[in-house]
Amino acid sequence: PGSSTRSMSLLRGINPNLRNIRNSELAPLGMRAWQIKDELRQGARKPYKELIDVSSADPHRAGVKPLSFVRQVLAVCYYPQLAKSDKLPADVRQRAQRLLGTCAGGSAGSYCPAGGIPEIIDIVCEFISRRDDGVPSYPENIFITSGAQRAFVEILNILVNTLRSPITGVLTPCPSYPPGNMAVVMLGGAVVPYYLDEEQGWELKIDELHRALESAKGVCDPTVLYVINPGNPTGHVQSRKSIEEVIRFASEKRLFLMVDEVYQDSVFEQESRFVSYKKVLAEMGPPLSHTVEMASFHSVSKGFIGECGLRGGYVELVNVDPSVMRNLYTLMSRDASTTTGQLALDLMINPPQPGDPSYPLQLRETQYIRATWVQNVKRVLEVLNSLPGISCQPVKGGGYALPRLHLPPGAIQKAKEVGMLPDYFYCSRLLEETELCVGAGSENGQRESTYHIRLCITTSVDTMEEVLRRLTSFHIQFMKDFS
Amino acid sequence: VYFTFLYFRYHSISWDGMNGVPHRGKVLTVDNMNPNVKRVEYAVRGPIVQRAVQIEKELKEGVKKPFTEVIKANIGDAHAMGQKPITFLRQVLALCSYPELLNDNKFPEDAKNRAQRILQACGGHSIGAYSASQGIECIRQDVSRYIEKRDGGIPSNPDNIFLSAGASDAITTMLKLQVSGEGRNRTGVMIPIPQYPLYSAALADLGGIQINYYLDEDRCWALDVTELRRAVTAARQHCNPRVLCIINPGNPTGQVQSRQCIEDVIRFAKEEHLFLMADEVYQDNVYAEGCKFHSFKKVLFEMGPEYSSTVEMASFHSTSKCYMGECGFRGGYMEVINLDPEVKAQLIKLVSVRLCPPVTGQALLDLVVNPPQPDEPSYTTFIKERTAVLAALAEKARLTEEVFNTVPGIRCNPVQGAMYTFPCITLPQKAISQAKEKGLAPDMFYCMKLLEEMGICLVPGSGFGQREGTHHFRMTILPPTEKLKIMLDKIREFHQKFTQEFS
Repeated sequence: PGSSTRSMSLLRGINPNLRNIRNSELAPLGMRAWQIKDELRQGARKPYKELIDVSSADPHRAGVKPLSFVRQVLAVCYYPQLAKSDKLPADVRQRAQRLLGTCAGGSAGSYCPAGGIPEIIDIVCEFISRRDDGVPSYPENIFITSGAQRAFVEILNILVNTLRSPITGVLTPCPSYPPGNMAVVMLGGAVVPYYLDEEQGWELKIDELHRALESAKGVCDPTVLYVINPGNPTGHVQSRKSIEEVIRFASEKRLFLMVDEVYQDSVFEQESRFVSYKKVLAEMGPPLSHTVEMASFHSVSKGFIGECGLRGGYVELVNVDPSVMRNLYTLMSRDASTTTGQLALDLMINPPQPGDPSYPLQLRETQYIRATWVQNVKRVLEVLNSLPGISCQPVKGGGYALPRLHLPPGAIQKAKEVGMLPDYFYCSRLLEETELCVGAGSENGQRESTYHIRLCITTSVDTMEEVLRRLTSFHIQFMKDFS
Repeated sequence: VYFTFLYFRYHSISWDGMNGVPHRGKVLTVDNMNPNVKRVEYAVRGPIVQRAVQIEKELKEGVKKPFTEVIKANIGDAHAMGQKPITFLRQVLALCSYPELLNDNKFPEDAKNRAQRILQACGGHSIGAYSASQGIECIRQDVSRYIEKRDGGIPSNPDNIFLSAGASDAITTMLKLQVSGEGRNRTGVMIPIPQYPLYSAALADLGGIQINYYLDEDRCWALDVTELRRAVTAARQHCNPRVLCIINPGNPTGQVQSRQCIEDVIRFAKEEHLFLMADEVYQDNVYAEGCKFHSFKKVLFEMGPEYSSTVEMASFHSTSKCYMGECGFRGGYMEVINLDPEVKAQLIKLVSVRLCPPVTGQALLDLVVNPPQPDEPSYTTFIKERTAVLAALAEKARLTEEVFNTVPGIRCNPVQGAMYTFPCITLPQKAISQAKEKGLAPDMFYCMKLLEEMGICLVPGSGFGQREGTHHFRMTILPPTEKLKIMLDKIREFHQKFTQEFS
């Protein structure tokens, strides 16, 4: 409907930054996955009865159960009548009562104060301080938002100055988290990729940061350094030494650090302990600890709680100019964050303690989840590293494995013929032939002429075994077909 | 010893940056940050509210004041003011949250059925899984069906429905989509004055050009097409007007547009090639005799194919207002009409950057568009609760108008709908001068004094926009009737005192 000339003028008239956001390679793949799911539901005959989608790190979608304590408390918060019965443990009822007491009118349906519910912000401060062995955290530096992504976009909004020339550059990891890059582009900034070192387990090399910065000369004005630790989708967990190097680099080159730490609870190996940028910065002492400007992000979407759909997260700012903070506060106040997300945040960072009635169950559930991660990672590495044409770096943390495809030239050629990127071609075939949906590495970015697939490792053990079964049989056949 | 040492060291650091670290050393300053951000204001949660929160803290600490509590009549938050949630809605949300409760026979069957249906549509049958960025498909289908029913059968396509985190999310998204161009070609967006300050804030943030059109206070805040025409013609001198925003029922003004007016606006939008944005979040909040909510979509389609196949439009709705008042759940949607498929593709890309709307908000929306039916167990209670909420609001609207119009110097238009009153206040010249000396808008000066002396928090009209030389405040009609009566009396008392003090 509508004349084509007028529609075209509307298209020309839309925000040009949007056209620069790369279409998700996954979008057609994702849509096809939905389609296949529908077809299966309507009884279509296919090699497998069920579609498995491990393309996104969505634990619940992949079969992991929500934590009972979290869901029980939320249920009581929504329907306080439930507190009257004894069916739910006492600590559940108490926590719900406490949380409802922090909500205006005692209802989870009222607006949250701008910046977040003060009592929950205080809990966040306590959590951060505890996590960081006593490094203090201040409420005025914390904003609770509907997911870390919202805070990320709002901070970028302040940082990206499109009225200056050259435009603001953001050093971003490659491979990266696509919505992070999309946000930069949407706001009119330039993405300046720095390549993570695959051979070294996707390590962040300072030389590479230097190279990336050099490459930006004359193109844009790099002001921001975006780091993801634990890495997404790489699974790398930064050493303390590496974090110190990055902080020194940011200070030297006058870059604002944006640190995505949403996977801080998802670390699988004993040897790789997560240490926060904030803690390392504090322990490096002045002048760095006084001067490096930083935003760290956390979320309820990952870790044991895995509540992506509830949209809860926070950002902690360090050493940011007070006038800028005031502006940020106004920005954050325009649109309230969801109360549910704030409640979930409290439940994540302030879980049942030994002695609480819900503690034993919570412990069992989280231990089980951790055991499945460890098992899944072990199996992925075992299985994929034993197949020809596919290899996988160790996965120390995060939500994904990012195996490398060593595609035969025939496959790459065929992909070109059908107008698809090679890894996307692989994923597309995989989906059609085995109803298994994995992510294509080109969505996250990768070095030229390298190809990867991305699969979520926060699934149930059974799901992972099925994933590996289907992937193995497909892969062997694929390599045969194209050799 | 080491940790004690570190502790004292950290304490001297003062992480809030207020320890005298030189401004010029900062990477991010107000001078080099996104300049648009400086222009963003949002009066509803602005300085007066911050002062109110401070006063509440002081009261808690035992500081003596002429009042014992602050009445926060600044924000349209029904539950905060004591309105009870609708039982059915909360039962289903509890069931979705903790599905073990499906075995509990205290929950009615219809609530259980709704919960099961919603959970089936969620990844892994959990409200904790991401949904598609556009929203859960079966909920979008339910929204379409609701719209069709509401609009007498006019078809609605689920592909044109975008679920969002409250209507604000969708409104901001559409503005983000459309603001572009340089210099004289920069997108201009027409907004009503007075307006809900989300619009001005979003435009400031995006660097869009705000084009004001004035509602007519003397005719109960009526929207006049001649005024629209004046505004757009003047605007064409310096920008490219492309969007027309309507809020119906109005916020803060409460006026409910007549059907004729809506037709006139649609005709105007077609003539001037404007994209219509119809903010209809208060569609169930209609109180005045003779007033009726007409959806822009319905009127558009009843005007025939010449309009219905050409005018481009987005309508917005939310779970925050009406009888639900569930602001904290961030449920909402927009329906886009006649959007070019390529533009829609860009829109789909844009919404994916924010991942997905909160799933609990989507679930809640599903219940709002798919409430208990007459043959279902929860129906009676649901209707009773819904009717009570809307009746109470209607009564409070009437009471507010009545009381304010007894005060010399306060003139209050009938509150036809929505949740607010926006009376015109006459301020003595002396007060205006003193306000100016303090660098405050006169109605901000008035409202600050009201807050300090009576503990009542309102938002000054300057936060919403008003004709030059006029002053207003916005007050919600949400407090329980008894408290509302007290509040109205206090404001009457204050106004008389204020007028005397500055005469």
